Amino acid sequence: MAEFSTSTKDAGDINVIYLKGYLDAHTASVLENTLSDLIDKKKYSIVVNFKDLAYISSAGLGVFMAFIEKIRENNGDIKLAGMSDKVYNIFDLLGFPLLYEIFKSEDDAVKKFNETK
Amino acid sequence: MRLSNLKTENIKLKEKELSVKSKTNNLSTIRDFIYNAAAEIGFPSGVIDNIVLAADEACTNIIKHAYKSYPEGEITVRLKYADKKFTIIIIDHGTPFKPDTVPDPDLQTYYRQHKVGGLGMYLMKSLMDEVKYVSVPGKYNQVLLSKNLNTAQ
Repeated sequence: MAEFSTSTKDAGDINVIYLKGYLDAHTASVLENTLSDLIDKKKYSIVVNFKDLAYISSAGLGVFMAFIEKIRENNGDIKLAGMSDKVYNIFDLLGFPLLYEIFKSEDDAVKKFNETK
Repeated sequence: MRLSNLKTENIKLKEKELSVKSKTNNLSTIRDFIYNAAAEIGFPSGVIDNIVLAADEACTNIIKHAYKSYPEGEITVRLKYADKKFTIIIIDHGTPFKPDTVPDPDLQTYYRQHKVGGLGMYLMKSLMDEVKYVSVPGKYNQVLLSKNLNTAQ
Protein backbone atom coordinates (compact mmCIF):
# COMPACT_ATOMS: atom_id res chain seq x y z
CA MET A 1 0.00 0.00 0.00
CA ALA A 2 1.32 3.43 -0.92
CA GLU A 3 2.35 5.72 1.87
CA PHE A 4 1.27 9.30 2.17
CA SER A 5 1.52 11.71 5.04
CA THR A 6 1.30 15.40 5.76
CA SER A 7 2.93 17.55 8.38
CA THR A 8 2.32 21.19 9.12
CA LYS A 9 4.36 24.14 10.27
CA ASP A 10 2.79 27.15 11.89
CA ALA A 11 4.87 30.11 10.78
CA GLY A 12 2.84 32.87 12.40
CA ASP A 13 0.19 34.05 9.97
CA ILE A 14 1.20 31.50 7.38
CA ASN A 15 0.83 27.74 7.67
CA VAL A 16 2.87 25.34 5.59
CA ILE A 17 1.66 21.82 4.73
CA TYR A 18 4.36 19.34 3.74
CA LEU A 19 3.25 16.48 1.51
CA LYS A 20 5.16 13.21 1.47
CA GLY A 21 4.75 10.10 -0.63
CA TYR A 22 1.91 9.09 -2.92
CA LEU A 23 -1.26 11.18 -3.20
CA ASP A 24 -4.03 9.23 -4.92
CA ALA A 25 -7.72 8.36 -4.46
CA HIS A 26 -6.79 6.27 -1.43
CA THR A 27 -4.75 8.89 0.39
CA ALA A 28 -6.55 12.10 -0.69
CA SER A 29 -8.65 12.05 2.50
CA VAL A 30 -5.49 12.56 4.58
CA LEU A 31 -4.86 15.87 2.83
CA GLU A 32 -8.56 16.77 3.05
CA ASN A 33 -8.39 16.36 6.83
CA THR A 34 -5.23 18.44 7.10
CA LEU A 35 -6.81 21.28 5.12
CA SER A 36 -10.12 21.07 7.05
CA ASP A 37 -8.25 21.28 10.35
CA LEU A 38 -6.47 24.46 9.27
CA ILE A 39 -9.71 26.02 8.06
CA ASP A 40 -11.45 25.09 11.33
CA LYS A 41 -8.71 27.01 13.10
CA LYS A 42 -9.32 29.94 10.73
CA LYS A 43 -5.89 29.54 9.18
CA TYR A 44 -6.43 30.74 5.65
CA SER A 45 -2.91 31.58 4.44
CA ILE A 46 -1.57 28.22 3.37
CA VAL A 47 1.55 27.17 1.51
CA VAL A 48 1.67 23.57 0.32
CA ASN A 49 5.20 22.23 -0.07
CA PHE A 50 5.41 19.40 -2.64
CA LYS A 51 9.13 18.68 -2.45
CA ASP A 52 8.72 15.19 -0.95
CA LEU A 53 5.65 14.26 -2.98
CA ALA A 54 6.51 11.38 -5.32
CA TYR A 55 3.17 11.02 -7.08
CA ILE A 56 -0.17 12.73 -7.59
CA SER A 57 -3.31 11.64 -9.44
CA SER A 58 -6.38 13.73 -10.23
CA ALA A 59 -7.98 12.66 -6.93
CA GLY A 60 -5.17 14.54 -5.20
CA LEU A 61 -5.56 17.63 -7.37
CA GLY A 62 -9.28 17.61 -6.65
CA VAL A 63 -8.63 18.21 -2.94
CA PHE A 64 -7.32 21.69 -3.65
CA MET A 65 -10.51 22.58 -5.52
CA ALA A 66 -12.67 21.58 -2.56
CA PHE A 67 -11.29 24.26 -0.25
CA ILE A 68 -9.98 27.10 -2.37
CA GLU A 69 -13.13 29.21 -2.64
CA LYS A 70 -13.81 29.19 1.11
CA ILE A 71 -10.19 30.13 1.77
CA ARG A 72 -10.26 33.02 -0.70
CA GLU A 73 -13.57 34.27 0.66
CA ASN A 74 -11.69 34.70 3.92
CA ASN A 75 -8.91 36.69 2.22
CA GLY A 76 -6.61 33.71 2.26
CA ASP A 77 -5.02 31.59 -0.42
CA ILE A 78 -3.42 28.23 -1.10
CA LYS A 79 -0.05 28.71 -2.75
CA LEU A 80 1.81 25.72 -4.11
CA ALA A 81 5.59 25.28 -3.96
CA GLY A 82 8.49 22.93 -4.57
CA MET A 83 6.94 20.62 -7.18
CA SER A 84 9.07 18.22 -9.17
CA ASP A 85 8.77 18.61 -12.94
CA LYS A 86 6.76 15.38 -13.03
CA VAL A 87 4.14 16.67 -10.59
CA TYR A 88 4.10 20.17 -12.11
CA ASN A 89 3.40 18.71 -15.56
CA ILE A 90 0.16 17.16 -14.31
CA PHE A 91 -1.00 20.42 -12.72
CA ASP A 92 -0.08 22.22 -15.93
CA LEU A 93 -1.85 19.73 -18.18
CA LEU A 94 -5.07 20.28 -16.22
CA GLY A 95 -4.80 24.07 -16.30
CA PHE A 96 -4.20 24.58 -12.58
CA PRO A 97 -1.62 27.37 -13.05
CA LEU A 98 -4.57 29.58 -14.08
CA LEU A 99 -6.16 29.19 -10.66
CA TYR A 100 -3.21 28.70 -8.31
CA GLU A 101 0.08 30.48 -7.84
CA ILE A 102 2.88 27.94 -8.10
CA PHE A 103 6.35 28.80 -6.80
CA LYS A 104 9.75 27.15 -7.12
CA SER A 105 10.36 27.25 -3.38
CA GLU A 106 8.45 27.50 -0.12
CA ASP A 107 10.31 30.73 0.67
CA ASP A 108 9.07 32.35 -2.55
CA ALA A 109 5.49 31.42 -1.69
CA VAL A 110 5.80 32.74 1.87
CA LYS A 111 7.34 35.98 0.54
CA LYS A 112 4.40 36.45 -1.80
CA PHE A 113 1.98 36.21 1.14
CA ASN A 114 4.01 38.78 3.07
CA GLU A 115 4.15 41.18 0.10
CA THR A 116 0.42 41.17 -0.41
CA LYS A 117 -0.48 41.97 3.19
CA MET B 1 28.11 -5.91 -29.35
CA ARG B 2 24.88 -5.05 -31.07
CA LEU B 3 22.62 -3.00 -28.85
CA SER B 4 19.51 -3.71 -30.87
CA ASN B 5 19.80 -7.43 -30.12
CA LEU B 6 20.28 -6.80 -26.44
CA LYS B 7 17.19 -4.68 -26.26
CA THR B 8 15.02 -7.33 -27.90
CA GLU B 9 16.26 -9.93 -25.46
CA ASN B 10 15.40 -7.74 -22.52
CA ILE B 11 11.76 -7.66 -23.45
CA LYS B 12 10.23 -10.64 -21.75
CA LEU B 13 6.72 -9.31 -21.43
CA LYS B 14 4.16 -10.79 -23.78
CA GLU B 15 1.07 -10.94 -21.64
CA LYS B 16 0.51 -10.39 -17.95
CA GLU B 17 -2.57 -10.18 -15.80
CA LEU B 18 -3.46 -8.87 -12.37
CA SER B 19 -6.82 -9.10 -10.59
CA VAL B 20 -7.62 -7.03 -7.52
CA LYS B 21 -10.70 -6.02 -5.54
CA SER B 22 -12.19 -2.59 -6.19
CA LYS B 23 -10.57 -0.83 -3.25
CA THR B 24 -8.51 2.32 -3.47
CA ASN B 25 -5.72 0.75 -1.41
CA ASN B 26 -5.12 -1.56 -4.38
CA LEU B 27 -4.26 1.38 -6.67
CA SER B 28 -0.61 1.22 -5.62
CA THR B 29 -0.49 -2.50 -6.45
CA ILE B 30 -1.86 -1.73 -9.92
CA ARG B 31 0.63 1.11 -10.38
CA ASP B 32 3.58 -1.11 -9.40
CA PHE B 33 2.41 -3.87 -11.75
CA ILE B 34 2.20 -1.47 -14.69
CA TYR B 35 5.39 0.38 -13.77
CA ASN B 36 7.41 -2.84 -13.79
CA ALA B 37 6.00 -4.02 -17.11
CA ALA B 38 6.53 -0.65 -18.83
CA ALA B 39 10.08 -0.48 -17.47
CA GLU B 40 10.78 -4.00 -18.76
CA ILE B 41 9.70 -2.92 -22.24
CA GLY B 42 12.10 0.01 -22.07
CA PHE B 43 9.87 3.08 -22.12
CA PRO B 44 11.64 6.29 -21.02
CA SER B 45 10.95 7.03 -17.36
CA GLY B 46 8.77 10.07 -18.03
CA VAL B 47 6.57 8.00 -20.31
CA ILE B 48 6.34 5.20 -17.73
CA ASP B 49 5.08 7.78 -15.22
CA ASN B 50 2.40 8.91 -17.66
CA ILE B 51 1.27 5.36 -18.44
CA VAL B 52 1.06 4.55 -14.73
CA LEU B 53 -0.98 7.69 -14.05
CA ALA B 54 -3.39 6.97 -16.92
CA ALA B 55 -3.99 3.45 -15.58
CA ASP B 56 -4.49 4.79 -12.04
CA GLU B 57 -7.10 7.23 -13.35
CA ALA B 58 -8.93 4.47 -15.23
CA CYS B 59 -9.01 2.24 -12.12
CA THR B 60 -9.99 5.12 -9.82
CA ASN B 61 -12.94 5.82 -12.11
CA ILE B 62 -13.93 2.15 -12.04
CA ILE B 63 -13.83 2.05 -8.22
CA LYS B 64 -15.76 5.30 -7.81
CA HIS B 65 -18.20 5.14 -10.69
CA ALA B 66 -18.57 1.58 -12.03
CA TYR B 67 -18.56 0.02 -8.54
CA LYS B 68 -19.67 3.19 -6.69
CA SER B 69 -17.05 2.45 -4.01
CA TYR B 70 -18.39 -1.08 -3.40
CA PRO B 71 -15.13 -2.77 -2.28
CA GLU B 72 -15.77 -6.36 -3.41
CA GLY B 73 -15.91 -5.78 -7.17
CA GLU B 74 -13.27 -7.30 -9.38
CA ILE B 75 -10.81 -5.30 -11.48
CA THR B 76 -8.68 -7.20 -13.97
CA VAL B 77 -5.70 -5.53 -15.58
CA ARG B 78 -4.31 -7.27 -18.64
CA LEU B 79 -1.06 -6.14 -20.26
CA LYS B 80 0.14 -6.94 -23.76
CA TYR B 81 3.15 -5.92 -25.72
CA ALA B 82 3.26 -6.57 -29.44
CA ASP B 83 4.55 -4.69 -32.47
CA LYS B 84 6.07 -2.01 -30.25
CA LYS B 85 2.65 -1.30 -28.79
CA PHE B 86 1.99 -1.58 -25.06
CA THR B 87 -1.68 -2.20 -24.38
CA ILE B 88 -3.44 -2.09 -21.02
CA ILE B 89 -6.91 -3.59 -20.87
CA ILE B 90 -8.87 -3.01 -17.68
CA ILE B 91 -12.03 -5.00 -17.10
CA ASP B 92 -14.77 -4.52 -14.51
CA HIS B 93 -18.28 -5.85 -13.91
CA GLY B 94 -19.86 -2.69 -12.54
CA THR B 95 -22.19 -0.11 -14.01
CA PRO B 96 -21.40 0.54 -17.68
CA PHE B 97 -19.67 3.81 -18.35
CA LYS B 98 -20.72 6.20 -21.09
CA PRO B 99 -17.62 8.18 -21.99
CA ASP B 100 -19.59 10.56 -24.23
CA THR B 101 -21.41 11.94 -21.20
CA VAL B 102 -18.21 13.21 -19.58
CA PRO B 103 -17.48 16.80 -20.60
CA ASP B 104 -13.94 18.12 -20.89
CA PRO B 105 -12.80 19.58 -17.59
CA ASP B 106 -13.58 23.21 -16.86
CA LEU B 107 -11.69 24.54 -13.88
CA GLN B 108 -13.89 27.61 -13.50
CA THR B 109 -16.91 25.35 -13.02
CA TYR B 110 -15.03 23.19 -10.52
CA TYR B 111 -14.03 26.30 -8.64
CA ARG B 112 -17.68 27.26 -8.19
CA GLN B 113 -18.82 23.73 -7.43
CA HIS B 114 -15.89 22.91 -5.11
CA LYS B 115 -15.34 19.62 -6.85
CA VAL B 116 -13.84 18.11 -9.91
CA GLY B 117 -14.96 15.51 -12.37
CA GLY B 118 -13.63 14.31 -15.66
CA LEU B 119 -10.02 15.21 -14.86
CA GLY B 120 -8.99 11.57 -14.92
CA MET B 121 -10.48 10.95 -18.32
CA TYR B 122 -8.87 14.08 -19.71
CA LEU B 123 -5.50 12.90 -18.37
CA MET B 124 -5.93 9.45 -19.92
CA LYS B 125 -6.70 10.96 -23.32
CA SER B 126 -3.80 13.40 -23.04
CA LEU B 127 -1.21 10.89 -21.87
CA MET B 128 -2.02 7.82 -23.98
CA ASP B 129 -2.16 7.21 -27.74
CA GLU B 130 -5.49 5.39 -27.53
CA VAL B 131 -8.35 5.28 -25.00
CA LYS B 132 -11.27 3.02 -25.95
CA TYR B 133 -14.31 1.98 -23.96
CA VAL B 134 -16.36 -1.12 -24.64
CA SER B 135 -19.33 -2.26 -22.56
CA VAL B 136 -21.21 -5.51 -22.91
CA PRO B 137 -24.25 -4.82 -20.70
CA GLY B 138 -24.69 -7.37 -17.92
CA LYS B 139 -21.30 -8.91 -18.70
CA TYR B 140 -18.33 -6.58 -18.48
CA ASN B 141 -16.90 -3.15 -19.22
CA GLN B 142 -13.51 -2.70 -20.72
CA VAL B 143 -11.22 0.26 -21.11
CA LEU B 144 -8.23 -0.09 -23.40
CA LEU B 145 -5.21 2.20 -23.10
CA SER B 146 -2.27 1.96 -25.43
CA LYS B 147 1.10 3.58 -25.97
CA ASN B 148 3.54 3.00 -28.81
CA LEU B 149 7.19 2.60 -27.87
CA ASN B 150 8.43 4.23 -31.07
CA THR B 151 6.47 7.44 -30.70
CA ALA B 152 6.82 7.65 -26.92
CA GLN B 153 8.98 10.48 -25.64
